[in-house]
Formats: sequence, structure tokens, C-alpha cells
Amino acid sequence: MQTAYSPIWPAVLGRFTWHDLPFVRAWENPNASEIIGAGAASLVIIGFVITVALLTRYRRWGTLVEWVTSLDHKKIGIMYVAIALVMLSRAVVEAVLMRMQQAAAIGDPGFLSSDHFSQLFSTHGSIMVFFMAMPFLTGVINYVMPLQIGARDMAFPWANSVALSLTGGGAILMMVSLVVGRFSTGGWSGYPPYTGLAFSPDVGPDYWIWAVTLGSIGSTLGGINIACTIFKLRAPGMTYMRMPMFCWTSLCTSILMIFAMPPLTVATALLALDRYLGFHFFTNDLGGNMMNYANLFWLFGHPEVYILILPAFGIYSEVVSTFSSKELYGYVSLVLATMAIAVLSFTVWVHHFFTMGQSANINTVFGIATMTIGVPTGVKIYDWIWTMFRGEVRFSVPMLYSLAFMVTFVIGGFTGIILAIPPLDYVFHNTLFLVAHFHNMLIPGLLYGLLAGYTYWFPKAFGVRLNERWGRIAFACWVIGFYLAFMPLYVLGASGMARRTSEIFEPDFRPWLYVAGAGALVILCALASLVVQLVVSIRERDANRVFAGDPWDGRSLEWSTSSPPPEYNFAVIPHVDGRDPFYDGKRDNGHYRRHAHYDAISVPRNSVTSLSIGVAGLGAAFGLVWHMWWLAIIAVLGIVAALILRSFVRDTHRTIPAAEVAETEHRWHDALNAATPIGRDVEFTPRNQGLAETAA
Amino acid sequence: MNDRRRETLTYLTGFMLALALTLAAFAAVHWPVASAGTTLAIILGLGLVQVVVQFRCFLHISLARSSRDDLLLVLFSTLIVTLMVSGTLVILFNLRERMM
Amino acid sequence: MSEPSLQHAGINMGGTENRPDANAESGIFGFWIFLMSDAVIFALLFAIYGTALAATAGGPTPAREFKLDSALAETLLLLTSSLTIGLTVLAMKYDETRRAVLAWMGLTFVLGIAFLALEGHDLATMFADGAYPTRSAFLSAFFALVPLHGIHVLAGCVWMLVMAAQIGAYGFDARVRINVLRLSLFWHFLDVIWIAILSVVYLQAHLP
Repeated sequence: MQTAYSPIWPAVLGRFTWHDLPFVRAWENPNASEIIGAGAASLVIIGFVITVALLTRYRRWGTLVEWVTSLDHKKIGIMYVAIALVMLSRAVVEAVLMRMQQAAAIGDPGFLSSDHFSQLFSTHGSIMVFFMAMPFLTGVINYVMPLQIGARDMAFPWANSVALSLTGGGAILMMVSLVVGRFSTGGWSGYPPYTGLAFSPDVGPDYWIWAVTLGSIGSTLGGINIACTIFKLRAPGMTYMRMPMFCWTSLCTSILMIFAMPPLTVATALLALDRYLGFHFFTNDLGGNMMNYANLFWLFGHPEVYILILPAFGIYSEVVSTFSSKELYGYVSLVLATMAIAVLSFTVWVHHFFTMGQSANINTVFGIATMTIGVPTGVKIYDWIWTMFRGEVRFSVPMLYSLAFMVTFVIGGFTGIILAIPPLDYVFHNTLFLVAHFHNMLIPGLLYGLLAGYTYWFPKAFGVRLNERWGRIAFACWVIGFYLAFMPLYVLGASGMARRTSEIFEPDFRPWLYVAGAGALVILCALASLVVQLVVSIRERDANRVFAGDPWDGRSLEWSTSSPPPEYNFAVIPHVDGRDPFYDGKRDNGHYRRHAHYDAISVPRNSVTSLSIGVAGLGAAFGLVWHMWWLAIIAVLGIVAALILRSFVRDTHRTIPAAEVAETEHRWHDALNAATPIGRDVEFTPRNQGLAETAA
Repeated sequence: MNDRRRETLTYLTGFMLALALTLAAFAAVHWPVASAGTTLAIILGLGLVQVVVQFRCFLHISLARSSRDDLLLVLFSTLIVTLMVSGTLVILFNLRERMM
Repeated sequence: MSEPSLQHAGINMGGTENRPDANAESGIFGFWIFLMSDAVIFALLFAIYGTALAATAGGPTPAREFKLDSALAETLLLLTSSLTIGLTVLAMKYDETRRAVLAWMGLTFVLGIAFLALEGHDLATMFADGAYPTRSAFLSAFFALVPLHGIHVLAGCVWMLVMAAQIGAYGFDARVRINVLRLSLFWHFLDVIWIAILSVVYLQAHLP
């Protein structure tokens, strides 16, 4: 049918045809599946139009440009998190659609075509990993880590901005795939030969390849930056063993990014060579070997799991310690456990393809290595429990997430041990049991953690506490929704239901699928509650300001600045002499000292080149997907030109004069003097202005 | 001027050593004295030595305190590269063997 | 602890560095990390080359396609250029005259271009002989690995032109100095990769 539509202007538009627009497809073939596709495309377009309209109406284009060209690590961090939340919304809606389809499609085709269903699980996975989890954790690290180590910015502010714009470009490409053409049906791991030219000649796998490539290059750059910042920019006295736990997990995550992203880049690049130039890496003929791809992909894929989970471990460490009013128990063991996890994560990748056919001996080695990772993880859980022991635990939203994490994550860990045993893996491989397992690891081990971090540091970033009631409602929905949606999948998987199934022929599965579907709807409510929480918090912002900067009686240096912190973070670089410098400092009256004299501070200027690299990256990717070679060539040349131009720029920093620094600091100190110190019993009330009562 | 002489000498030493090791590797292939397997081991061994020489003389990675961070970085990278490459070769050769 | 010191990590600007720059240490270290990340990419391509070595699919074999004499010539060119880029850095450190630095860098550039020309000639010969990447998995792996190194060398050459322009425009300010240091690290790194290519690709093809 598609051949009836000859490409229009092939030189300009490549292989684009009218048929690639979902509206045209829905017009010609108005069934539920196509109409949902067209609806999703309309949502993207309407969202875009509304954004443009609002920006114009409120004359905020200048603000937008100021933000997207900024090299300030705090703004970059916030933009990362914004990307993550938008992409989270899309991927959750896709998950709900899939659950509805499976609940409806028992002995029935359901309302989605199998092709559309395959696109949904491919985009859901790709987005959740590359454009929700990665930007979310990178954003939180970007915002918090420099403040925690007492630095004024990241080591490479410009590269930081490039990484953001590339990640953003990848995310936009994912959104574009909803409107123009269709996405891959090959899952988030994109296994050839199915995603090769022979079986998927359409644009789908190309969208996947280039979106993931943009994201992975961005993450590699981000990782280099984070690692270098922690190695080289710590404040005087901040030895490695005095760093907050979150910095340790950020460091290990960044090292994993540096070494685990290249295998992904190689895998996608070689797949692209196969598809574009007819190479034979993963084809069925002329010596190609698709097992090479599985090996490469999981060389990345397994460390990636720990890239995702380690920052959350760090957030839990901060949260549990702060809201138990106790110093973190077993700091050294937590550091060692984090490093052990980071190194071990490079030794277990084969457990993702136990069934590929290598000998039992090899599987055994990797099975044992996999189970070994349970040991340092267990150490961490015990450390958090001991931190709470005999502490004054306050059940704030971040703390609730931490508690839900500890229980849920341990259950997921147990099912992981089951899957790590090769003979059992032969039974469970490719069933919903596996799907249940990794959601059981990643939802508590990543999403709860980042939502805890979001709630915990939101007052730091915006000077306003988030609404507590809606936070609790969202929390309850996330936890109840998770258990309802995923516990049934263990049963279904153990009964033999394959993953990625768009139509079910076993009537006994019905009750379990209904429960899972209800769970998905509860998760949708959780997402809605987060939106409501944000809206309510913005409305009530004046009642909940914490400008003084320390709403939770915090322990590490990020709480020792105003909320939001000034652009230069610290007027005077702090000197660190302990593990909880701010907590101890404010009790010895050492902090909050007004200085008589402030120096001028140099901060990086905004840059257009970093943004243009992201835009050009997006252009190159789009051109390559649609075979618009002129666009791809121009865009790649644009990237080279931007790099060279930037190296000629000498005027990279601007100086904030001493008088301005002094004025900012004095304003903050006046607010500190005016604020009433509060006890922990009233920290969720408007009386909390961000100054903690320290006289015990 | 003394420092410059010393540093120039380091580069020249590195160059001469690298040259000798390269020529030795070529000689091992051109005038073979051992079996294919042994010769391959010799070539790879000479290559490895040359990499160490270049890291020491050209890239100035040493045990000195000033380059400790870099040394750790290079050693860690070596560990990861060894894991990835040897793992890949073991697994893929094992698969091929079992399919043949 | 990372007190700003005169010691540049990685490349020996030593205690004799005349113009210390607080940013230099993290700037160079960050570039080291990038190189190690790049090294992982090459390592994986080597691993794939290893697994594809036998997959010639009845097409051209390594022994037939790889010429030892031109491999030797390429090796000598790249090794010499590694020495001259080192002398470029020494000239920047001690002479600080544009002429000395540009002369050594120019020599490195010429050696790099000569290497590229020779490699381009080799690849063209292979194409003419029917050894092109779409012929077999072995040739695919070769054409992913060796030309990627070539592209790196080309990028290094372009980088030298850019640095020459910047030395002309700005002299030896802090950013020029740090970028020349990074360039030298990059170039030495490419020579290290070439040792691996020479051993694994070219010499291995001619085992007795």
C-alpha cells in the first residue's frame, strides 16, 4: 500500500511521504489504534503551540534564551529535571495504554494494532531509561553536587551545557517520532537482526539509533564533567572521606557513565553502519554475528542499571540521615559498598543473555558474580536501617519514599537472585517475571529516589517548599500503584506469559491482568498528583518560602546558602573540617557569619555555541533518519564550526563586582536575622522560613 | 637549560625505544623463528611494552605524586578494557565453538 | 587534596612551568578522562575485529590485503610525529617563540598528512582489489576500526591548524597553552592506538 505514495521531492525531503504523518494514516484508516496515534501527535503539536503562545503572551522569550544558553550548573540541573518530568509523563501514559491493551486483549485483538503496541513498549523503555532516568539523575547531580562539595560550578561549564543540549535534542527527536513517521518496534534494546535493514527497512530503528546516540554522547560528556568536578574542585578540607554520600554515589555513577556509555555508542554506531552503508556486523549473511550486538549492548546495559540506581542510593543516604537527625551510620562501609557495586557491575553483563548458548561454565561464573552484588547492596540497606535506629525519624515525603524503597527493593533483590541462577533463568527468560523484576528494582531504586530528591531539594532550588499533602497523596499512589501493577506480573511470568505480548489467549490470566491494569491507573493518578502538587505549591508559594535556606535542619553544605542560592553559590569558599560541616557548623555558631569584606567573583558567561551544537545534533539526527543528506551534512559541519568558534572565544567569564556580592549577601543575612528558628515539629508549616533551631 | 635537556632526552629515549620495539616486532614476523601462536604472543608482548614506554616517556605517566590521579585513571581503564575485551573474546569464541 | 599547584597532571610541565594556571589541572585531567573513554571505544572495536577475523565469507583474507611495507612506513611516520609533537610542547614551555612552536607543530602536521595519504592509498588499493566493507564481516570490522583511527588523525590535523591560527592571534595565553597540551596528549594517544592496530591487524595477518 505504501508504494502507492511516491516520495515528494526526494532530494529535499528524503524518504518522507504523506503517509508518514499519523493524521493521514488515521484519516485513511480510522480505527482506534491509528486515532490514538494521531491523538498523541496532536498532543505534541498542541503542547508546542501552547508553549510558544504562552512565551509570546507573557513576553518570556528573553527568559527562555537566558536559560537555555546559561552555563550555570544550577539552571542546567533544573532544565535536565524539567526534561525528565515531561518525558516521564509521556512514558507513564504509554505504560497505561499497554496495560489497558493487555487487559482488553484477552482472546481479542484489543484496541491497539500489534505494530502500535510494539512501538509503545519500545518508546516506553527507551524514554524511561534514556530520557527520563538519565536526565533526572544527571540534573539532580548537576544541581546538588557542586553545592555539596563547596564549588562554584562544574569543572567544564560549557561542556555541561553541550551535554544538556544533546540530551534535550535526543528527547525532542523522541517527540518528533510521534508526529513524523513511526518509532522502532524492536524494544528498548534494539536487537538486530530484527532492527537491521533486512527486517525493519522503515525509519523506526533509525529514530531509536540516533535518539539513543545523542543521549549517550551527552551522558558521556556529563560523566566526564561530574567526575572531574569531584576529583578537582572540592573545597579546602573536603577530603574524599568527608564527602557527602551523594557525592560518592555521583562519583561512582559518573565513572560508570565514562566507561559504560562507549559500548552503547559502538553498538548503535555499528548498527547504523549496517543499516546505512550495508556493513555486515549483525546481519544474517556474509559473516555477520548478531550475538556481538547482545554482548556489546549489555556491556553497556548492566553498568547502566547501576548508573541509574547509585544516585538514588546517595539521595536515600542524605534523606535518611537528615530526617532521622542522626549522622549516617556506617559511612565507610557505604563508600566501600558503592565502589564494590561500581566495579562488580562490569563483571555481570552475561546474565542478560544466559540463554544465548554459551557454555554452562561461563553462565555459572556470571551467575555467581551477579549474586555477589547482593552483598554490598545488603550492607547499604542495613546501614540505612541503623541510621534510623534510635533516631528522631520524621515521616516527611522523602523519608516515606525511602522507607517504601527499602521494603520494595529487597523484594526485587530476591527475585533478582532467582533470575541470577542460570537454570531458573532459562525458565523465566523473556517472561513477565523479568519485567516485574526490573520494574521492581528501578521504580523503588530509581524513581522513588529521584522523587525523594526532587521533594527534598525543591526548596533549595526554588526557595519554596512543595505542598506536603499532595506529596503524600502522590507517594501513596506511587506505592499502591506499583504493587498492584507489578506483583501480578510475577505470577503471570511464572505461569509462562511472555513479555511484549499484544494479544493474550489464556483466559486464566484475566484477573491478574485486570489487577495490573488497575495498578497502572493508580500510577497515572500518582503522576497527576505530582502535577497538582506542583501547581498548588506555585499558588501557595508566598506562604511556604524558605529563603534562609535550611528548611530540614540539613547536614551538608548545600543547605548553608540561601534558597535559591546566588549564582556564585558561595561568596566565600567554605573550609571543611568534618563529615557534616553545616550541621556541626551551625551548632558551633560558625556559619551564618557576615563578612566585612567580599571579593569580586568570576562566573561563566552564557554561550550560544553549546546550544547550537545540540540543535545541530538534532538536525543531523533528523536528517539521517529521513535520508535528508543535505540537512545531515550541514548540521555536522555546523557542529564542527561551533566547536572551532568556541575555541576562539576569549571572553568566557564575567565578573560579579564585590559590591554586588556584598549586597546579595547582606540581603540574605538580613533575612536570616529576621527569621525565627523553628523546631522540627513545625517544619511542614508556614512557620518554617528555612532557619533551624539549633539550641538542643 | 638543564631541565630542557633532560626532558628532550626523555622524549628521545622514548622514541628510540619505541623504534627498536617496532622493528623487533616486524623482524619477528619477517624472519619467523617460532610458531604462529608464539610469534603472536611475542608481537603482542612487544606492543604492550611499547605502550608502557610511550605512556612513561611521552605521556609522563609515572609513579610520581603529581601524576597519581592519572596513573589510577589509566590503571582503572586498563582493568575495564581488559574485562570487556577478554570477556567478549571468551564469550564469542565459546559461542562459535559450540555452534561449529 | 587538590590545592592549585604548579604540577600539571599527566603531561610534564613540571616544576618549571612558568605560567601556572589554576584551571590547567582539571582541564588536562578532564581530557585524560575523555581519552580513556575513547580508548574503550577502540578496545571494543578491537574485540569485534578479533571475533570477525575468521568471518571472511569466502572473500579477501587479511594475509592477502595487508601490506607490511606500507604498515612499516605508516608506523614510522606516526612515531616520528609523536616525537615532534613532544618537541612542540617543549618549545612552548622553554622558547615561547611562535616560530619554534609553529615549526615543530608544522612538521607534525606534515607527518600526519603524509600518514593519512599513505593510509588513504592503502584503502583505495584494497577497494580496487574487491576488499570493501560490504563484502564480509571481517572487512566491516576492519573498515570500522582503522579508518576510525584515521578520522582521529584527521581531526588532530584540523586541530593543529586551529591552534596555529590561535597562536597567531593570541600568542600563548592560558587557553592556547592548555589546548596545545591537550592536542599533544591526543596525538600521543593516537600513536598508542596505532601500536595496537599494527600488532593486532597488520602483524597478526602475516604470522608464519
